[in-house]
Amino acid sequence: MKLLNYFRGEAFQRGVHPASRKEATADRRIRRLPYPPRVTVPLVQHIGKPPHAIVKVGQDVVRGQPIARADDWLSVPHHAPVTGVVEAIELRPTARGPWAQAIVIRSQAGATQEDLWGKTRDMEAATGADILQAVWDTGMVGLGGAAFPTHAKLSVPKQAKVHTLVVNGCECEPYLTCDHRVMVEEADDLVRGIRYAMRVTGAVRAIVGIEDNKPEAVEAVEAAIARANAPEGAIHAEAVPTKYPQGSEKMLLMALFGVEIPSGQLPVAMGMVVNNVGTLAALGRLLPLGQGLTERVVTVTGPGVARPGDYRVAIGTPLKFVMDYAGVEAKAGLDRRQVILGGPMMGQAIASLDVPITKGVSGVLVFRHDDMLANDRRKTYPCIKCGECVESCPMGLNPSTLGMLAAKREYDLMGSDYHLGDCFECGCCTYVCPSNIPLVQQFRVAKQILRERAVA
Amino acid sequence: MGTVEIRPAPHVRGERTVEKIMLNVVWSLLPICAFYVFQYGVSALASITVVTGACLLTERWLVRTGTQAGNIGDYSATITGLLLALTLPPGFPLWMGAIAGFVAIGLGKGLFGGLGFNVFNPALVGRAFAQAAFPTAIATYTPSFLPGRFTEFIPSSLAWPLMIPADAALWLKAKHLDALAGATPLAKWKFDGVMVGANELVTSLSGHMAVGPSPLLILLCGSYLALRRYLDWRIPMSILGGAAVVAWALFAFNPTHYPNPFFMLFSGGLILGAVYMATDMATSPVTPRGMWLYGGLIGLLTVVIRYYSGLPEGVMYAILIANAATPLIERITQPTPFGKSALAARRGASYPLNPSYISREDAGAVTPKKRILKNKPKRDERRTPTH
Repeated sequence: MKLLNYFRGEAFQRGVHPASRKEATADRRIRRLPYPPRVTVPLVQHIGKPPHAIVKVGQDVVRGQPIARADDWLSVPHHAPVTGVVEAIELRPTARGPWAQAIVIRSQAGATQEDLWGKTRDMEAATGADILQAVWDTGMVGLGGAAFPTHAKLSVPKQAKVHTLVVNGCECEPYLTCDHRVMVEEADDLVRGIRYAMRVTGAVRAIVGIEDNKPEAVEAVEAAIARANAPEGAIHAEAVPTKYPQGSEKMLLMALFGVEIPSGQLPVAMGMVVNNVGTLAALGRLLPLGQGLTERVVTVTGPGVARPGDYRVAIGTPLKFVMDYAGVEAKAGLDRRQVILGGPMMGQAIASLDVPITKGVSGVLVFRHDDMLANDRRKTYPCIKCGECVESCPMGLNPSTLGMLAAKREYDLMGSDYHLGDCFECGCCTYVCPSNIPLVQQFRVAKQILRERAVA
Repeated sequence: MGTVEIRPAPHVRGERTVEKIMLNVVWSLLPICAFYVFQYGVSALASITVVTGACLLTERWLVRTGTQAGNIGDYSATITGLLLALTLPPGFPLWMGAIAGFVAIGLGKGLFGGLGFNVFNPALVGRAFAQAAFPTAIATYTPSFLPGRFTEFIPSSLAWPLMIPADAALWLKAKHLDALAGATPLAKWKFDGVMVGANELVTSLSGHMAVGPSPLLILLCGSYLALRRYLDWRIPMSILGGAAVVAWALFAFNPTHYPNPFFMLFSGGLILGAVYMATDMATSPVTPRGMWLYGGLIGLLTVVIRYYSGLPEGVMYAILIANAATPLIERITQPTPFGKSALAARRGASYPLNPSYISREDAGAVTPKKRILKNKPKRDERRTPTH
């Protein structure tokens, strides 16, 4: 296969094919997770500055009511995920480790949890600028995992002209199916969201890139496109070959158009804007209703989950609550497990089950201790220079040499001569390494050290 | 809820391990060894066993004394032993084989730190040592497919340790065979000007093929490895391509003096070297472009050494020299990162845009912000419900 690709000059040549393991959840409908007794809404759930809380302790809030206001461009407001009482505004554990300011809301028993705050908008009459403001008001961030504020992503700089909106429905991470289910079940919302995004960016065409292991999603989206008959321009659904990390926007653009976004530049530099399907589907649903983002679809799966599935979870729901509901059996004592937020390739193992679901969490994976044993027991050998990592690095780096430099702590050389800055930590090198060398882990450390040196 | 464990991403791993790679190479070598034994009988079997055994013992000893990474469970020493045995003549005295095996692992690998750290292909280091120390023995080939080869050792095999083996010519004479019958095709061409036929070269079934078994079998086993990506196809391709191009150029220049490229490719150890020796992972470049350069260099050097040196065979030295050049080759053939190629730079935007994202001023053109934000708290007060 590799040989064939080499001669064909396939656009996105490298990458890996991990086992997809999506079977457990791919065919199940999205179900709603009950509202937890308490939600914790961290103020920083996105890339950028924190908004500041505009509610007081003891104040009653209704679902959908703004509880934090963004006063910086790279920041988003938050809305109350449940109807209840603000119990505290204090430091709470986050997935990344350090505790951070969060608004804790005790949900009111017996409340209908209807979003009564929103005010419907006439979207057909709205201009691009109106829609962009509306997007900001929903508190939308990229739901694919990066959690970049969507309004910033959709706003086009003056000197650029956008012609294409690319909608990322790849979901290349194993296990995750939330985008898949959203495309199948909420294709109409998705197409509506695409139309709004096209109006904001001025794009004349939109292409939904979907990996070819999700044929029903392609069908559903195509059907919805036909129903919508969008006046904004042509919308297409396009199947792309399944490969990790296709979900990286530069890789997707390579696969779709064969364009290589220059290093250090954004897709908008070449007239393209990329958004995740989940983000646009949520926009398509929320914008006409004038509501804020208070819930998202999360894949809860993994070998340690009894009832895997895609759940619609209120933002701020503690992981423990999600896991209890999805059937992670609670045995006392020696029961050891690993809980990962996101996919298995880039997701983060979390240290506390009090960590809440935030806007950027696409999956909760639970592995039992025994599932990880095979990896833990693997012997680590010295680098045998097999070149697998070089073959798999989607950014065309040389992880083999980088790894050796990292072992010698030659961080500056890694950054200056071996393009460490281009690494986006997809983990392909560690995934393929037969010697079991923690390559990407070393690169993370090296990048952090370089960042600190740059500041100092 | 039990204990929560933390590991860094990625949390899933590929199937491939060092042991698996090495084991696959060993498996692919077994048919070749079997054919070798079929050609030369019990002497070849003894040679393979002793050389491989010496390699494994040395590896075990060096790992035990703590000077070397890896262990014998990773099968890399097995590969070294099998390959070394395949490059030695079948009637090579067993004691010399054992020393060659010891040198291969000890000098070729252990000295550098073991698995992954070796600069030169250990099997070839062992062979180079044997070539220097035992020049007569290593050049003494006996014909293949001798009658009675499964019951009788080639006398030189059983030479006492540190003793010079009996002359094979006498033994062959007793069998009513010409002493030169066992010369390799390359030696025949070099010293006698005799060219061996194509059929014999490719299959080596009619006997006299001295270095290892049929190139066809090696290519077959090698393509199994290449298809499963246990070796990189670029290296053998570029070696054979490089050798063929150089040989063809010389042949076109003077067809009477130089042999045809086909003879160049299929005689001697070129195929074995290209498929199994040069592709040794630790000693070949990791960069795709470097592999082409490395292979081309080996191809060129092989032909040059074969034509112009006093030796009939040149693959070994060509590979060792290229091994030495590997770090340099890697350095000048680093892959071009995504988005940094000349093409990407040309196609890129003509105005700078940086990922610190679009500034507020840029977006300000389309977004009214502050005013609406300031209104918001008022709305809050107005609509906060009272329960």
